[in-house]
Amino acid sequence: MTVLAKVRSWLDERLEWDELIAPLRKKTVPLHRLSYWYFLGGITLFLFIIQVLTGILLLLYYRPGANQAFESVQYIMTQVQFGWLIRSIHSWSANLMIFTAFAHMFSVLFLKAYRKPRELTWVTGVVLLVLVMGFGFSGYLLPWNTLAFFATKVGTDIAGQVPVIGHPIMVFLRGGEEVTGATLTRFFGFHVAVLPGLVTVLIAFHLLFVQRQGMSVPPKVEKEWSADPEARRELRFFPNFMLRELIAWYTGLGVLGALAALFPWNLGVKADLFASAPAGIKPEWYFLFMFQTLKLIPSKIWFMDGEVLGIMAFGLIGLLWLLLPFFENDRVARSKQWITGLSVFALAYVIAMSVYGYLAK
Amino acid sequence: MATSDRGAVGANCALSTPIPRRGFVELLLGGGFLATAIAFIYPVLRYFVPPKTADLGGDSVVAAKVGELQLNSGKIFRFGSRPGLLIRTANGEYHAMSAVCTHLSCTVQYRPDLREVWCACHNGTYNLDGRNISGPPPRPLEAYDVQVRGDEIFVSRRREG
Repeated sequence: MTVLAKVRSWLDERLEWDELIAPLRKKTVPLHRLSYWYFLGGITLFLFIIQVLTGILLLLYYRPGANQAFESVQYIMTQVQFGWLIRSIHSWSANLMIFTAFAHMFSVLFLKAYRKPRELTWVTGVVLLVLVMGFGFSGYLLPWNTLAFFATKVGTDIAGQVPVIGHPIMVFLRGGEEVTGATLTRFFGFHVAVLPGLVTVLIAFHLLFVQRQGMSVPPKVEKEWSADPEARRELRFFPNFMLRELIAWYTGLGVLGALAALFPWNLGVKADLFASAPAGIKPEWYFLFMFQTLKLIPSKIWFMDGEVLGIMAFGLIGLLWLLLPFFENDRVARSKQWITGLSVFALAYVIAMSVYGYLAK
Repeated sequence: MATSDRGAVGANCALSTPIPRRGFVELLLGGGFLATAIAFIYPVLRYFVPPKTADLGGDSVVAAKVGELQLNSGKIFRFGSRPGLLIRTANGEYHAMSAVCTHLSCTVQYRPDLREVWCACHNGTYNLDGRNISGPPPRPLEAYDVQVRGDEIFVSRRREG
């Protein structure tokens, strides 16, 4: 008996280990020409794990506070051995994670994986995407540089524009009427304690739902399979699919390492609370489409301030997006086309506005 | 015998008359839990609201010294807890206004090439009196009074009326 087998039987005697992993052995993944889209959720999870690990490493040296934050990140980048690499990986992984989360969402949308009975998987997924963007927004301020300072000013001001509840929310986020060191302290707390806790719980639910329901087969493929049951193919999750997923993770790690080493993230200039916003200031790419829209909205629309209307519209669209699966009715074919059309439009809008925002002066 | 079988007695009572004692206990317990919850939640909600900080700027500050600003240039100064903008025009006049953009609170700047006040964040512009003239800003910037006393330039909030 090898050592590994001994450990296994020891565990099995106490925890009935084999019974615990039995569902994983039975689990299969449908194998068809669109199967590679199934990897995106897993890659997002992998990048989240990287974020937790590199985040813990950064915490060893980072000091929150308006007088120390910038200097401590500078210290990490210049003095700590491989500090530049750890911070670069954290920044790159954050951006890639938001990208893969978006890609995962649109793949779910186009492959119709959000339909009954998977509505709650979609809802937890959209909430996770919002929380991940919250991670991006709060983490962006932590180095306390000029770009981050103004991004936070604008971002929290946007929250403040919402009628009635907006102002208290803004004061809560900023820790006062203005963006100051108090804001940094709060964002640090959100970034390293509140958001990780929420996201971990939601990921657990998201994965539990996926486990319970199995992988969704796109309607087109399902139709082909019903017409020709011989064509139906499945892959065992453990170990076959998992090994493929691990290869995807390994490739992701390679890409991440290369990006972090070749294009290290820069630090910028320390924030000055009493300086003008620098010319050419832009938010992170994943907020660009909203930024560009707000830039184009006229100052007054009818009797309302343009930006208030824009912000309310984004809020409403976000809410409808969250509830999207509930608009699709099994009996009405038209609603399916309508949702696909809407998804194509949303994707086109986000891409077009992001490119426009990137190129615009 | 009937008293030994409490379940049966209770079931009979439930069918015929309400149980005032149970209702009372439920009310007491429910009320107690509610009070406990409020006692926990209220301080937490209050804790969220940051204490007001005193605005140490008052209504008037020294924004710059005479001769500090060149013709056709601007300077950000501290007005209480917010930034203000002092402009010296090409013909030597001083203008002062709040530097907080009325759109989404970025800090504006003077553009000597345009001879206008410009916000880099969303491309809004104002004229030298702080009036919003293009881009997304919905309202003018609050204009301040400028007074030169000795070699100091004082900026103060305009009095209502």
